[in-house]
Amino acid sequence: MGRIVVIGESHRGALSDASRELLTKAQEIAGTGGDTVSVVVLGEAARDSVKAASAKEATVIVGPGVDEYHPETYERAIAHLLDEIQPSLVLMGNTTMGMDLGAAIAARRGVAMVAYCTALVLDGETLVATSQVYGGKLASEIEVPKTGTVVTVIPGSWAPVQSSDSPDIRDVEAPVPSRLELLKVIEAEPGQDVDITKADILVSVGRGIEDPDNLELADQLAEALHGVVSCSRPVVDSGWLPRSRQVGKSGQTVKPKVYLALGISGAPEHLQGMKDAELIIAVNNDERAPIFEVAQYGATADILELMPALTEKLQERVG
Amino acid sequence: MKITVLMKDVPDLVEDLELEAGQLLVDDISFVVSEWDDQALEEALLIKDEAGADVTIVAVDTGDVDTMLYTALAKGADRAVKIVGDFTRRLTNRTRAAILAEYCKSESPDLILTGVQAIDDIDGQIAGLLAGYLDIPHASVVREVHTMDAQLHFIQEYSGGRMAEFTAASPVLLGIQAARKPPRYVTVAKVRQLQKSATLDEVQVVLPSTPGLTVRRLYKPEAAGHAEMWGDDADTVAEHIVRVLGEKKLLRS
Ligand SMILES: Cc1cc2nc3c(=O)[nH]c(=O)nc-3n(C[C@H](O)[C@H](O)[C@H](O)COP(=O)(O)OP(=O)(O)OC[C@H]3O[C@@H](n4cnc5c(N)ncnc54)[C@H](O)[C@@H]3O)c2cc1C
Repeated sequence: MGRIVVIGESHRGALSDASRELLTKAQEIAGTGGDTVSVVVLGEAARDSVKAASAKEATVIVGPGVDEYHPETYERAIAHLLDEIQPSLVLMGNTTMGMDLGAAIAARRGVAMVAYCTALVLDGETLVATSQVYGGKLASEIEVPKTGTVVTVIPGSWAPVQSSDSPDIRDVEAPVPSRLELLKVIEAEPGQDVDITKADILVSVGRGIEDPDNLELADQLAEALHGVVSCSRPVVDSGWLPRSRQVGKSGQTVKPKVYLALGISGAPEHLQGMKDAELIIAVNNDERAPIFEVAQYGATADILELMPALTEKLQERVG
Repeated sequence: MKITVLMKDVPDLVEDLELEAGQLLVDDISFVVSEWDDQALEEALLIKDEAGADVTIVAVDTGDVDTMLYTALAKGADRAVKIVGDFTRRLTNRTRAAILAEYCKSESPDLILTGVQAIDDIDGQIAGLLAGYLDIPHASVVREVHTMDAQLHFIQEYSGGRMAEFTAASPVLLGIQAARKPPRYVTVAKVRQLQKSATLDEVQVVLPSTPGLTVRRLYKPEAAGHAEMWGDDADTVAEHIVRVLGEKKLLRS
C-alpha cells in the first residue's frame, strides 16, 4: 500500500481543472490498490483550494518564497517532501510548471518519469500510460513503475469527477531560495489591438504562412469574413504578429463559431487552446497533420492559393 | 561567460514516421535539429553578440550529428563537441541527460542552454533531467536571456500569459522556449566550406546506467474522429467553405 501524490496548482483559491483531473485519476488508481491519495500545494493562497479536495491528506508548503512559482524553491521543497513521503506515484499537470519541475524532480530523486501523458490505466497489476509524442503524430504506451515515477499529464486528457473529501492538512516549511531570485511577476497583457477570445470567426495562421508578407492574404480573408486573424506560437515568436493573437497553451483559449486553421499542424499545445471551437475547418498540405483529427472539415490545398481564392469568392457573393 | 548549448536531432515530422513492431524505423527516417534546441543556439549567439561569450555546442553522437554541429559553428559558435561512445538512435533522454551531466561536470560552464522540449521527450525533458543530475538551479519555458555584471537575467513564462523575471548567479541551466529573434540562417555552401577547416572535438563518455522505462509500443493513434476532406484544389475548397459557412448562417453580406 503506497501513496499517490498529486502536485496541485490552484488559482484564486480553487484547484485548477487539471489538478482535479489528476485527483480523479489518483482516486481511481488508489481505489483498486488501497493506496492513499495525498495532494500537495504551495503558498498560503492555495490553502483553501485543498480544504475539500478529493484526497485523504493534504500538504501546504508555506514560506516566503512560494507565493509565486519559483523553480528552485518549488523543486527543492517538493523533492524534499517526496523523499519523506516515499510515494509510489507522483502526478503533475504537463503545464508550464510540470514541464519545468517534473523531470528535475525525477532525476534528483532517481526515479523514472513519463511526460505528455494522455491516459493512465491499469492493465492487471501494471499501470500503463499513453503519451502523445512526435507533435501528436504518434502515441506511446509505457509501463509505469510504481516506485515513485513522476507522470505529467496533458490537461484535458480526461474529465474531473466532482467529488470532495476533507483531507487532514499539514504545513511544511519551504527552503529559502538561494541561487535564483525572482525580481518581478509580469501580468498578462490584455490584447492591445483585438481580443481574439471575443471573435466569432478566427482566421488562424501557422508556420505554413511562410513569410510575414503573406499575412496580408490572411488580413484580407479575415476582413471578407468579418473575422479576426489569430495564429500559432511560431508566428508570434518570429515577431510577425503580437502575442495577443496567439492561440494555445501559452496563449489564449478560444471558442469561436468558426476556427479556420491555415497551415497549422495541430501540435498538442495549439489544440489545447482551440479544440472546443464550434466548427473547425483545417487547411494543411500534409494530409497526416494532427489538426485534421479535431477538425470537422479539412483540405490539403496550399493556403497561399486558398486564401486569395476564398477572399475572392466571398467578395463576389457580396457583389 | 562560458555558454554550453545542448543540441539533438529528432525525426523530421514532415515525413511519414514508419513503424515496425511498435518501434520507429530509425534507419529510414530523416532527422532534423530539434527546433527548440535551434532556438537555444540562437539565444546563445545573441548573448555572445550582445555581451561577448564563449559558445560551445554539444551533441551526443547517436548517428549523424556532424552537420548539425558544423552548422552551429558556421552560425558563430566557438567550439563543437561530439560526445562519442556506445550510443544508438534509441538512446533515451534519461541516459542522454546522464551522459551530458558527465560532460558538464568536467567542463563547468556558467550557463547551459537547451530547448524547452523535443518531440520525442517520452521520459522527460533534457533541461529538467540534467538540472536534477547536476543539482544546479534551472528554469524552463524561458526566453530573453541577458547577462549583466556576471549575473544572468531571464524571463520564465508562467501559464495564461503571466511571466516572471529572474536573476541568478552562474551556473544556471535554462530550457529555452524561443529566442529573441528567429534563428539565423547559414547557407549550405558556408557550412561545407567550414567543414574543410573546422574540427569537432570528440569526448568519450561511458554509457551510464539510469532508471529505465518499458515502452510497450509506439503507434499511430486511432483518431477519435477525422475531418471530412475536400481535396487539394484551392477553388473547390473555397466553394466548400463558403457553402458550409452559408449553411451555418455565418456569412454577413
Ligand atoms: C511550453 C510550450 C508552450 C507552447 N504553447 C503554444 C501555444 O500557446 N500555441 C501554439 O500554437 N504552440 C505552442 N507551442 C508550440 C507547439 O509545440 C508547436 O511548435 C506549434 O504549435 C507549431 O505551430 P505550427 O502548427 O504553426 O507550425 P508547424 O508545426 O511547423 O506546422 C506548420 C504546418 O503548415 C503546413 N504547411 C506548410 N506550408 C503550407 C502551405 N503552403 N499550405 C498549407 N499548409 C502548409 C505544414 O504541413 C505543417 O503541418 C508551445 C510549446 C511549448 C513547449
